[in-house]
Amino acid sequence: MNDMRIVERDVDITENKITARGVQVYYGTNHALKDVDVDILDKTVTAFIGPSGCGKSTFLRCLNRMNDTVASARVEGKILLEGEDIYDPKVDPVQLRAKVGMVFQKPNPFPKSIYDNVAYGPKIHGLTRNKAELDEIVEKSLRRAAIWNEVKDRLDASGTGLSGGQQQRLCIARAVATNPEVLLMDEPCSALDPIATAQVEELIDELRAEYSVVIVTHSMQQAARVSQKTAFFHLGHLVEYGETGQIFTNPQDPRTESYITGRIG
Amino acid sequence: MSVGILTLIVLALAVVGFFVGRSRAMSSVGGDARKLHSLPGYYGQTVSLFTAVPAFALMALWLFVQPMVIDARIVGQLGPQIAEDATASKLAMEDVSRIASGLDALQAARGMTNEEMRDMRADFSDIRGRLAEVGVALGSEVNPQIFEMAKDYRIMQARGAMMMSVLVLAAAAAGFVVALRRIHGEFRARNVSETFVRWLLIASAGVAILTTIGIVMSLMSETIRFFGMYPIADFFLGFTWNPQFRGGSDLGLIPLLWGTLYISFVSMVVAVPIGIFAAIYTAEYAPPKVRAVVKPVIELIAGIPTVVFGLFALVTVGPFLRDYIAMPLGLGNSGSSVMTAGLVIGVLNIPFISSLTDDIINAVPQSMRDGSYGLGATKSETIRKVVLPAALPGIVGAILLAASRAIGETMIVTMGAGAAAKLGLNPFEAMTTITVKIVSQLTGDIAFDAPETLVAFALGMTLFVITLCLNIFALWIVRKYREQYE
Amino acid sequence: MTDISPTSADAPKPKAHGSLLEATPLMKRRNAAEKRFHAYGIAAIVVALLTLTVMLFTIIRDGHSAFYQATMTFPVTIDAAVVDKTGSGDVAEMSKVTTIGYARILGESLVKYLADEGLVVEGMTDKEITDMISKDAPARLRDRVLADPSLVGQTVTVDAFTGGRVDGYFKGRVTREIAERDSNVTVTQLDMADLMEEAGVLRSKFNWSFITAPDASDLRPEAAGLGVALLGTLYMMLLTFIFTLPIGVAASIYLEEFAPKNRLTDLIEVNISNLAAVPSIVYGILGLAIFINFAGLPSSAPLVGALVLTLMTLPTIIIATRAAIRAVPPSIRDAALGVGASKMQTVVHHVLPLAAPGILTGTILGLASAAGETGPLLLIGMVAFVTNYPASPLDGGFLDPASALPVQVYSWASRSDPAFIERSSGAIIVLLIFLFFMNALAIVLRRRFERRW
Repeated sequence: MNDMRIVERDVDITENKITARGVQVYYGTNHALKDVDVDILDKTVTAFIGPSGCGKSTFLRCLNRMNDTVASARVEGKILLEGEDIYDPKVDPVQLRAKVGMVFQKPNPFPKSIYDNVAYGPKIHGLTRNKAELDEIVEKSLRRAAIWNEVKDRLDASGTGLSGGQQQRLCIARAVATNPEVLLMDEPCSALDPIATAQVEELIDELRAEYSVVIVTHSMQQAARVSQKTAFFHLGHLVEYGETGQIFTNPQDPRTESYITGRIG
Repeated sequence: MSVGILTLIVLALAVVGFFVGRSRAMSSVGGDARKLHSLPGYYGQTVSLFTAVPAFALMALWLFVQPMVIDARIVGQLGPQIAEDATASKLAMEDVSRIASGLDALQAARGMTNEEMRDMRADFSDIRGRLAEVGVALGSEVNPQIFEMAKDYRIMQARGAMMMSVLVLAAAAAGFVVALRRIHGEFRARNVSETFVRWLLIASAGVAILTTIGIVMSLMSETIRFFGMYPIADFFLGFTWNPQFRGGSDLGLIPLLWGTLYISFVSMVVAVPIGIFAAIYTAEYAPPKVRAVVKPVIELIAGIPTVVFGLFALVTVGPFLRDYIAMPLGLGNSGSSVMTAGLVIGVLNIPFISSLTDDIINAVPQSMRDGSYGLGATKSETIRKVVLPAALPGIVGAILLAASRAIGETMIVTMGAGAAAKLGLNPFEAMTTITVKIVSQLTGDIAFDAPETLVAFALGMTLFVITLCLNIFALWIVRKYREQYE
Repeated sequence: MTDISPTSADAPKPKAHGSLLEATPLMKRRNAAEKRFHAYGIAAIVVALLTLTVMLFTIIRDGHSAFYQATMTFPVTIDAAVVDKTGSGDVAEMSKVTTIGYARILGESLVKYLADEGLVVEGMTDKEITDMISKDAPARLRDRVLADPSLVGQTVTVDAFTGGRVDGYFKGRVTREIAERDSNVTVTQLDMADLMEEAGVLRSKFNWSFITAPDASDLRPEAAGLGVALLGTLYMMLLTFIFTLPIGVAASIYLEEFAPKNRLTDLIEVNISNLAAVPSIVYGILGLAIFINFAGLPSSAPLVGALVLTLMTLPTIIIATRAAIRAVPPSIRDAALGVGASKMQTVVHHVLPLAAPGILTGTILGLASAAGETGPLLLIGMVAFVTNYPASPLDGGFLDPASALPVQVYSWASRSDPAFIERSSGAIIVLLIFLFFMNALAIVLRRRFERRW
């Protein structure tokens, strides 16, 4: 772990975007997540790390209620987005997901044109009044995802024809197009080669200017490279949460230390 | 020697061959099985296969060819006038074979010798009376010429059966000896018998091709004969269907084709939306427990024979539509109608479309749905804008296959659509289809030299070509679609 | 794309979303659309299930009564002067007496019995009473007497069906209004039937002969049975099973395990999937042209029916069998090949036993669909009116004329007397029970032996 470069970053934001208190998740009888408390800051990259099956992805999917699509999943506790409980019965998960966008592990562009992939979100949420506005959103989103230059000449081509890294950036553009406040990323680089990974990581750093980004990653190096805050999960518990630099250089919990130094994982 | 006994003899020879082959292989290496190239059983198996398979193949071929050869020779004796007239020669052949089987029964009942049989004369002995005693009733006195032919027929049959027995047994014995003589310790018995079995497997797979050839040949030959009697243009472009017993029929395809397509269209209007929505519900909305019940129950519909749907159309749907819709609206008073048949075929096709669509929807990867939900799409938006477009080629394929089934459906239209060939737009009127006319022209008294019968083959050919095109296109689309996600 | 000036990444972001707790008007519309879509799905299911229910209901409603038959029970004195004129007791001599003689005995006995019992309807003639007995009853009595000549001269108790119209009266098909207009039945006969029922002379009994008896003519719906059709279907299923199983398994093994990837294999594959979708009636034409017209096999024979059904179901069975073979994981083949088994040994010793339940299930399901097939059988003459049972298979019964269950349904449905609709629906019930057991067998096999890899 000596080659790890930990960028000293200022975390001057103190505004809480998401507040989670006492979150429990059950899949059927399996207690997958136990009593998680966490505060996720605005305009910050927060990384969730931990060994496979530790509950980090589960927790991520709680934040935009993607767990609702799994029939056996049950969530208890409170998760507040800007002070509003997202598990309140009055909340429409559909509306929530427009605010809390998500990028998945495997790039999953729809089998439609690049343009239609990006325009999909704005169309269903009624964000535009005419074609010109839609065109504008599509271009802006593709620029933000740093893929505009590569695809601007073939917006009508199918999204599935792009390379893996391009597909993932297209999915990020698609998520950005709905104008979300939080972006959740579930191991976004695990299916990509090193060059594509570097491009996506760079992009994540840029996205921090506007969004609160939460990223689940298997790679500690990646967490160290892109995040300001890191949470370490182990066996369904949130073991430790703090500044990325501090977690990696001076962990408080022995379990974190074991993981960082490669003894468990 | 009867076919059954011959079969048993060959089988017994094959079993004997197994043990002889096996023990011969064992004794060639002094009882030490390790010195053999293959396991001892394979030597036995080789002998069995060489004994039985060529013999049975010969027997099947002989049974198939012998009646044709004998019939041809008997008909040849009738003289050129009758031989050229297909109906007359067919009738004569029927008489011959009936008298011949009567003679068989007579011989069995009276224990007569072959010499006595040969001496029987139609003009002296009371053949009709004697045959009636053994249960063979003849319509008229026996014509001496036919009677002589019947005697010839019996002799030829007996001779044929004799020759078959001899040849089949010879083939079996030859196979037995050839295989046995090749057995020695180094003989690669496993490889030989496996190659043999492999050829059997290939032959079985070839049945599929033979079936297609059989279909095309049987349709083609009679269709060509039909077009020799009836102008091809009048068939394909004729607007009237009016077969007459005494010739001068109008056999135009158009009204039948129109009825077929109209009924299929109505059925698709019913089956496509219901089938697709049912599939969407079972695949996307239904809780697992509901799905576990609903899906098999809907597929139950597919297991019900079409004749049941036909009776349902005839007894329930037809009268219902007539009494509650067609008559009050003044649209007609017929129970059989385009609507009756179309609705019922539609119901029959619901499970077909829904289960294919359900499979196709399930093949759309979950990551597509996650992507859409993650952007804040509702379930129906995800289905309409992501899942269905992704599944579209497969669904189109399923719809085309269903259309081909609707076009080829026989029993429901026979019982529910009517028999009147009409070109009309009123869906509550009876119309008829290609399949109905195939059935009606080929059941009852049929004469293979009249265009009224042969037209059924031209209709069958038309039906075959239409459905084949639809099927090939649909299967191609479905296959393309599968490749996309594999 | 229009040429929009590039926007910088850190442009001020409009607050796009309101509170999560209130639904926007757009959201309300979207949720309403969602509900509608869900409702369409449920509606489709309901329509499909409702139709199925209505169909099964009407068939059971129309058909269950076919299993019951109004039956009169009365003593009959078998008059030796009528049935055994010579008094010799010789069966051969007695068999010269036709059913007309027995009809007279039955009629006279019934008239006498009713008079003795005091069951009298004003103005009813003896002929009207005699006509209440089914035309089928004399034939049965004749068979009974010929089988046991010692009955001659004795008084025996006879169960005789009533005619179709009287039976229809008890089943609600025939009313007094209809009877007034019908030349085959009179209102007086219906009154007498009521009286007889009260006296216990006439009762509704389970009708075994519906299942065992052969078909009967248009005039005697009450005597028509399914015996010949059931035997025909059984013969055909047996032969089809014997033909399809080895050919289907052999073809599937070849295509799945041995076939090289070449043009011929592709051709066979495309062929099979196309054959599976060829309309069944085309197979009927094939059977008529090749087996009957060309090869000279007799029409209406179970053997020809089985050959046609075999060719028709083979593609489906091959497709199912290949799926079962493909479901055996490659690791099993690798393991066998790895210890030096030949390809053929691998298939015979390992793949086939593991795939056997799947193969059998697929074959049985294929047979079940063949058992309900009607169209092609019509073309090879199985719709003919057959009243003799086919002989046993060992006596060449596969070549005797026979009918088949689904064809019997069709031929009864196309007769004019409404009593045959009841028979037709009853035949469907038998057919569905037959199919139900075949499917249940397939399901049991699958449950019992299914392996998950």
